[in-house]
Amino acid sequence: MTLNMVMSHFYLVAAAVVLTIVIGVPLGILAYFYKSVRKIILWIVEVLQTMPALALLGIIMVFMGAGKPTVIIGLLLYSLLPVVQNTYIGLSEVDPAIKEVAQGMGMTKLYRLWHVEMPIAFPLIFTGVRIATVTSVGTAVFAAFVGGGGLGSLIYRGIRISNMAMILSGTFVLMVMAVGCDGIMSYIEKRLYRRFSPAKPYNE
Amino acid sequence: MIRFEHVSKRYGDSLVLDDLNLEIATGEFTVLIGPSGCGKTTTLKTINRLIEPDKGKIFIDDQDTSQIDKVKLRRSIGYVIQQIGLFPNMTVEQNISVVPKLLNYDKARCNEIVRELLALVNMPYEEYAHKYPSEMSGGQQQRIGVLRALAASPPIVLMDEPFGALDPMTRRILQDEVSKLQKKLNKTIVFVTHDMDEALNMADKIIFMNKGKIVQMAAPEEMLENPADDLIRSFMGKHSIDNESLPQTAADFMRSDIYSCYRNRGVREAIQQMARRKVDTLLVKNLDETYAGTVSIKNIRNHGKDMKTIEPLITQENAVSYVDEDAQVCFDKLLNGQDSYVVVLNHDQTIAGIVTKTSMAKSLADAVWGDSQ
Amino acid sequence: MSHFIALYGKRLSSAIITHFWYVVISITIAFIIAFILGILLSRMPRRANLILPVISVFQTIPGIVFIGLLFLYNGMVPSTVVIALTIYAIFPILKNTYVGIINVSEDFKEAAKGCGMSPFQILMKVEVPLALPSIITGLRISTVYTVSWAVLAAMIGLGGLGELIYAGVSSNNNTLIIAGAIPAAIMALLFSLAIDLLRKALIPKQLRRDNK
Repeated sequence: MTLNMVMSHFYLVAAAVVLTIVIGVPLGILAYFYKSVRKIILWIVEVLQTMPALALLGIIMVFMGAGKPTVIIGLLLYSLLPVVQNTYIGLSEVDPAIKEVAQGMGMTKLYRLWHVEMPIAFPLIFTGVRIATVTSVGTAVFAAFVGGGGLGSLIYRGIRISNMAMILSGTFVLMVMAVGCDGIMSYIEKRLYRRFSPAKPYNE
Repeated sequence: MIRFEHVSKRYGDSLVLDDLNLEIATGEFTVLIGPSGCGKTTTLKTINRLIEPDKGKIFIDDQDTSQIDKVKLRRSIGYVIQQIGLFPNMTVEQNISVVPKLLNYDKARCNEIVRELLALVNMPYEEYAHKYPSEMSGGQQQRIGVLRALAASPPIVLMDEPFGALDPMTRRILQDEVSKLQKKLNKTIVFVTHDMDEALNMADKIIFMNKGKIVQMAAPEEMLENPADDLIRSFMGKHSIDNESLPQTAADFMRSDIYSCYRNRGVREAIQQMARRKVDTLLVKNLDETYAGTVSIKNIRNHGKDMKTIEPLITQENAVSYVDEDAQVCFDKLLNGQDSYVVVLNHDQTIAGIVTKTSMAKSLADAVWGDSQ
Repeated sequence: MSHFIALYGKRLSSAIITHFWYVVISITIAFIIAFILGILLSRMPRRANLILPVISVFQTIPGIVFIGLLFLYNGMVPSTVVIALTIYAIFPILKNTYVGIINVSEDFKEAAKGCGMSPFQILMKVEVPLALPSIITGLRISTVYTVSWAVLAAMIGLGGLGELIYAGVSSNNNTLIIAGAIPAAIMALLFSLAIDLLRKALIPKQLRRDNK
């Protein structure tokens, strides 16, 4: 195993997560604002996540060819659900009283979204990003099959040449990566909730 | 001045506002009151156009509000709601400066406003400005809610049951504070409540609504004296002056939260009881619960130090009355005698309560007030 | 299209059938094991703080690892795939069964005890029914994953829809990729649809709200 493999795995996940946020959060906002597209958006992201990862990657590969972009797009589509769903839920669950008072004070819809609703929904959106990240670390293993590199290729090679040590070391690094991401992000998440949640007093 | 002209609003089949016409003068504290569903909150919300009427027009200083940009209109009107609605992600300072910021005031000006407003309600800037809403009590939060509505000096402030979620003590205090602020800053306040106490306490003018219509619009005094219908009278409850229900018997004036002890109790115990309850006499009852008499601290001091029980010290000199005795007769006993209270008995000779000079004074005050109408 | 069916029709239908059975058998065994284990674990709730993170960590192991390791031990037989998928599918169901039961409010258990229910009756009549939404959510996650990981059976030459995808990827045959990927996707959707129906049948409306 090389550091290179770890880094490329990490790169795949990071790129996918960044894209997921860039695309998923606006989709969640759209679903919140427009009732007409809400069902469609939420349904599509759910269907995407239900698709077998390798099947999804295979289909993308037909259009994009083998390589990292295929993997990143696959991971992105696969990760949309938690981010879109949590953005939508986070925004719609902002206390109606707060929405009303913001409106009554003369905030425009966008100002309200940006200065009130998004900050309040932020912890829940972050939870969505955490789930997407941890899932992506595992799913990125499939990259090996469509020429995307990463730790999957190590494990895959280990299986082909019957090298137990290779499989286990790859798996171990993968688990550390997943648990590490989860741990760090859970910690940040807890601090966010403490800070923003009106229910829990914030003391420092 | 706010003026409603033929304003109607319908939700489905129910007519929430039914051809409403009213005027609210500048600088006046107007309270909208009525049973739930009467349209009071809807009326309030049509002023800042959170609800648009189906028919009719609303004018603020002779300007048709439907012609003013909604957002601009709202920024020029303060708004306070029952659920307080402080933004949990913002500090006190940020919450108060929301509207000034929307109006593009500069930072220094915002800060100045926050300091001035916090000073008005005696909340030191250093202590509170950087707190988050979740760190404060409900009462403190709603103070900030009120200040936030005042921040950009709007001439009109709308308040939708602002103290509904607070405990009675805090509610009283905030009522007084808001009344003072209103007088001091000379705001036009439109205030929704379902609590008649609150309305009487704060209003210059009360508008009583039912089923989307105004039933009565009057100053508190006038509404107290001439409630327009039975619904209003029932809302007034204990405030209304109704001669027929004036209390007539001793039972209506007595305090029933009294303490009595059995005649075979020890002297020391009796002294302790007096000390604990801060009284100088105790009511004593026989073992079958009937009234036996009273024991005073004076008697104990003079004779009873070395007695075991209070039994020998019981006297029956204290004035006694019965529950259905005329209140007037009972008061006479109290005024003519030396005692600080009259013991009221049930007909089976058990103790019902006592009538004190305080209870009498209260009834006299009521009588005087009653005579004034 | 008819050309395609003539060429791959048989291969496709046998792949779909193999894939289907991999999933159904693995999930059935996994559910039975996970359900029982979940209940057993819930009897020792003080260890919750230890058990839950361990389950979560195991859940981060990709399915491919189970298949790979078992392949080395067990060789190229279908049971390798079934065992590997079963192990993998156990974790989500186990976690959700355990969490679901643990989260049943003490009040209900107290009330059940007060009615004179035995511990077993409390479990079957109160705890499991109330934990059902959570358990079925776990079942759904496991099933969707299993359809996904069953694709890897082909990696060790054991058929299923993965075989077509693999063949397609390695021979640059887009038709084959699609021929494997689309049925796999549809199968996953049908399975999750079936579980949604199961949930609707089993759980009263009022309990369904918070569980997606």
